[in-house]
Amino acid sequence: MSHHVVPLKTYYTIFFALLALTAITVAVAFLDLGALNDVVAMGIASTKASLVILFFMHVKYSSKLTWVAIIGGIIFLAILLIIILSDYMTRGADTFPQAW
Amino acid sequence: MSAKNTALQHHFNDLDQQYQASQLGMWAFLVQELLFFGGLFAGYVVYRNLYPEAWTLGSHELDVSLGSTNTAILILSSLTMAMAVYWAQKGQKTKLVLFLVATLILGCSFLGIKVIEYSHKVQHHLLPGNGFSFDSPLADQVRIFFSFYFAMTGMHAFHMIVGAGILIWLIVQAMKGRYTAEYNTPIEMFGLYWHFVDVVWIYLFPLLYLIGRN
Repeated sequence: MSHHVVPLKTYYTIFFALLALTAITVAVAFLDLGALNDVVAMGIASTKASLVILFFMHVKYSSKLTWVAIIGGIIFLAILLIIILSDYMTRGADTFPQAW
Repeated sequence: MSAKNTALQHHFNDLDQQYQASQLGMWAFLVQELLFFGGLFAGYVVYRNLYPEAWTLGSHELDVSLGSTNTAILILSSLTMAMAVYWAQKGQKTKLVLFLVATLILGCSFLGIKVIEYSHKVQHHLLPGNGFSFDSPLADQVRIFFSFYFAMTGMHAFHMIVGAGILIWLIVQAMKGRYTAEYNTPIEMFGLYWHFVDVVWIYLFPLLYLIGRN
């Protein structure tokens, strides 16, 4: 069987890391870092998400096929965001409907 | 791996193959969930860039302490879910049931706090619709922020409600002794779903609650 039993100690470590990162992201939100605020917030969120995916979801120990499925999904999400934003960010504000 | 094993379905060679198929199938589902939520996130980014001031105004109407508490509750529920998977793999039925129940209670606590938050928003006329009112020249733009707030957190909460329903079913099955050290795939697959819903919240929390706080 390829079931990998992750030890409880690993789960505890990840749990406390996630709580610490949550505290950091709240604290940093109250500092004025200019445009960096968003970068830091998304960086911390992605770090937390990676910890959950790799350890709680056992992906670190999963098959290559599972990795392909996940990375494929992330690439498609990136395509969705990049193509939408490369349109909207290059239009100029006056081309949007003015209903609001 | 004997032919007597009742957990093994006839179209698989062995339990490992069956397990790998379940895992890949679950991830295929979660990846389409990622793109489903991705549409909401894409809309959020477009409108936030159009109306940054309104997004700051709207975000300030949200309660950071309730949002942080809910984040902590959800992370704790992910820990209890991971521990449920651990005890399922060890074949410890009582501890499995215990941690599944803990996960259910934490999930319901999250939803309870969400109900409190929603009712505050409705009382303050922040639910988009005829009753919406916001004292600012940007009120119409703030309404769009709250459309995103309710759509994104609402879709997330819907996933939590579905998860709670499945948890109840898993608890009943676990109490019947359905899951053993050899066969516990449904527990592990549900764990993947639960953690995925946690990941979505990990992004929702800073994007909705923590904008322009400085």
